Amino acid sequence: MVRSPYLPNTEADRRRMLEEIGLSSVEELFADIPEEVAFKGRMTLPEPLSEMELLAHMKRLAARNASASDWAVFLGGGAYDHFVPSVVGHVLGRSEFYTAYTPYQPEVSQGVLQSIYEYQTMITRLTAMDVSNASMYDGASAMAEAALIACAATRRTKVVTPLTLSPEYRETIRTYLAGQRLQAVEVPYDPTSGQTDLAALEKAVNGDTAAVLLAHPNYFGCLEDPEEVGRLAHAAGAVFVVAVDPISLGLLKPPGEYGADIAVGEGQPLGNPMSFGGPYLGFMAATEKLVRRMPGRIAGATVDQDGDPGFVLTLQTREQHIRREKATSNICSNEALNALAAAVYMSLMGREGLVEVARLCLAKAHYAHERLTALPGFSAPFSAPFFKEFVVKGPDFAAAAKRLAARRILVGPDLGAGYPELRGSFLVAVTEKRTRAEIDSLADGLGGKA
Amino acid sequence: MSGTGYIYKREPLIFELSAPGRRAYSLPSSDVPACDPAEVLPRDQLRREPAALPEVSEVDVVRHFTRLSQRNHGVDIGFYPLGSCTMKYNPKVNEVVAGLDGFANVHPLTPEDLVQGALQLMYEMQTYLCEIGGVDAVTLQPAAGAHGEFTGVSIIKAYLASKGQGHRNKVIIPDSAHGTNPATAVIAGCETVEVKSDARGGVDIESLRAVADENVACLMLTNPNTLGLFDENIHVIADIVHRAGGLLYYDGANANAIMGYARPGDAGFDVVHFNLHKTFSTPHGGGGPGSGPVGVKKELADFLPVPVVGKDGDRYYLDYSLPKTIGRVKSFYGNFGVVVKAYAYIRSMGPEGLKRVAEDAVLAANYLMRKIARDYHLMYDRICKHEFVASGVWQRDRHGVKTLDIAKRLLDHGFHAPTVYFPLIVPEALMIEPTETESRETLDAFAEAMARIAREAEETPEKVTGAPQTTFVKRLDEARAARQPDLAYRGDLPKE
Repeated sequence: MVRSPYLPNTEADRRRMLEEIGLSSVEELFADIPEEVAFKGRMTLPEPLSEMELLAHMKRLAARNASASDWAVFLGGGAYDHFVPSVVGHVLGRSEFYTAYTPYQPEVSQGVLQSIYEYQTMITRLTAMDVSNASMYDGASAMAEAALIACAATRRTKVVTPLTLSPEYRETIRTYLAGQRLQAVEVPYDPTSGQTDLAALEKAVNGDTAAVLLAHPNYFGCLEDPEEVGRLAHAAGAVFVVAVDPISLGLLKPPGEYGADIAVGEGQPLGNPMSFGGPYLGFMAATEKLVRRMPGRIAGATVDQDGDPGFVLTLQTREQHIRREKATSNICSNEALNALAAAVYMSLMGREGLVEVARLCLAKAHYAHERLTALPGFSAPFSAPFFKEFVVKGPDFAAAAKRLAARRILVGPDLGAGYPELRGSFLVAVTEKRTRAEIDSLADGLGGKA
Repeated sequence: MSGTGYIYKREPLIFELSAPGRRAYSLPSSDVPACDPAEVLPRDQLRREPAALPEVSEVDVVRHFTRLSQRNHGVDIGFYPLGSCTMKYNPKVNEVVAGLDGFANVHPLTPEDLVQGALQLMYEMQTYLCEIGGVDAVTLQPAAGAHGEFTGVSIIKAYLASKGQGHRNKVIIPDSAHGTNPATAVIAGCETVEVKSDARGGVDIESLRAVADENVACLMLTNPNTLGLFDENIHVIADIVHRAGGLLYYDGANANAIMGYARPGDAGFDVVHFNLHKTFSTPHGGGGPGSGPVGVKKELADFLPVPVVGKDGDRYYLDYSLPKTIGRVKSFYGNFGVVVKAYAYIRSMGPEGLKRVAEDAVLAANYLMRKIARDYHLMYDRICKHEFVASGVWQRDRHGVKTLDIAKRLLDHGFHAPTVYFPLIVPEALMIEPTETESRETLDAFAEAMARIAREAEETPEKVTGAPQTTFVKRLDEARAARQPDLAYRGDLPKE
């Protein structure tokens, strides 16, 4: 007999319910499943665990993973070990938030709606863009959907994707473009600076170009020249889409000030744990002109019957549940709780705190850069300025990673997989959490000290 | 604070609480040499003015978001019969385990030998979903149901192209389908063809035959469908589509109804998506995160996004070696944190438990349907599965009370409203999904509220059309929100 704390109805309840329906057994409720397709067996799944047994099992699994609580994480490449203040987890643990769904009934969902409106406001202020949506799945899919917006808005078919975009972003974008027979045009990077090759970019952009995509800082951590890339995009009538690290905007000029039409990014650094790759959130902000092409949920302010302010989901005629095949995107569930984490994080850090975090990242990354590139056999292949992440070239990454593991340090990834010409080079990401002692230990380990 | 009682009429925006110099963070001072941004970064790339984020204290932030939370309905507060969303109870132990250090604080690019626990969990989850769905291979990468749909249709297109069937571009979708289905088909570069429902709420077989031609890529079907009805002709439908050379896509939004009683793979579906945030109890988060793994039959396994998790002896690894892969649909490996919760749920329930989930969900829906049918019209009066669709046409035609009014009046009675005006083929639709986690008493109380509202519609209709009256805000002007979009705070909020 099944006994589960999640199933309240007893055998007596079930009998009374069946009586009300006028049936004598539960099986009769499934009589509409044709014999040909009915499953008669017993699913081959593990037997149920009690809560105690489950906790023990899950702790055993969790113990076999290297967590940032025990390891110094210098890994980058799209997810970052930033500090998450205690308040974030506390607010996210409010089950009025996490057990709700999309606020279809705004009168009993003002908490979620107002927090989305606040999130949208913070994202527009951070990026200096006009409008923000309520979130996308992650940075990569946000950029892919931005490319689709650009193709729809310009009625053009080509998207310029520099090799300085993360390989994972480019793979995601290719998948999104493939269905509609849209084309990604790759542009090389300058092997000296690590930045997008602007001459090659200029050649690649033409009257078929729907969008020029740029990551700033790029996958190598290098700062680009977004002003110039935007100028080249606009000269050809293309949409300029930029992916930014939200933490970098504590110090760097926001996309709205260098002509971005759409700003996207991975929102994980804003108060979301690394969680082995997800759930994260993609943020997406755009110019006023593109608001009716934005995908996904958008919250707006309005008034109620008494004239008091309140919040609703709005401009829903863009969305799949209203427009079906004419929708701007198929997105329905987004990453609302992760966006809430971002809103709480930005509230906590505030105007000054975000700058301070960015300054710490900058200083520690530059200290690490200096230490690592001074090691015998190690060098910096790229000369461009960087924020919190950079590339180091060394003799044998695999051997070094092994030495570092003994020191409980993680660094990378090795760039060889995505860029064969960069074999032996690897990424180093340095957040505000890394201490001087950890950076020194990283240098010692890399340099061959036992 | 401008409140005049324990319950504040309005919670100010966090920006309104801001005062220069307040702070809610504490950071260590730098332990490395000073680094002047103006020295190491190009001057013309520096931000001139910090972003105008709030300046508040920690207690401000905590009170603000706590108060906001109190202005929100959730499953933990009460019944949430939002049809097609499966708002079941979200077990707390799942939240605890997903928060374990070894899951929550792990970087996705950690070397495989240092994440064997995470990979084992993912591998086992793939196996469990194969068994539950009757499929041969699973990807955990898609972040939500619609993302799974996009992944699935992309796989189908790539598979067909590999068979020299790249011209197949039509996706058949029933008129009862979720909006995500047609939107997905178009995003994936296909055309949509709608098929009608028959008098029993299933796919109209003759209409299907008429459109199942040499250009069909696939049929997307939710089964049980959005009317909560199991399509009794599913084997016939599968046969028609397969004979035409097309594939069958299973939208798993309603899989809560059939676990242990039917498996989409056995019924002829080639591609299946699962909504972990519906069927497998992970919380909906106010609109996400979800998780939408996709399962496929053997012939399609090489087309899955990479990586999938493989096992070699005792070692688990990320397998990127699928030569025909459609690529990626997002970074890394999916919404791992959500997968952890769903995994914990499956391990808590076991095979009999999951079957019991389906039974109790279907039992609750049928029980509630019989009670509600006393006062509301049922367009399809037959045994339903996990949900049913009632209609407010009697109330509209007899008393001028619309379904929207009934939904709003339910809020006054302390219940979240059902999904309304969907599916589109039922006028004044009220789509009600109680789930297995509600007691008979809760179902009775909801039925009683619905009965009272039906009486009110007759006797005091203004009580219903003027609802809600007991919520923090009264009925909101959605038309104005769309006409005069105010999507970010610029110093004042809309006034009357």
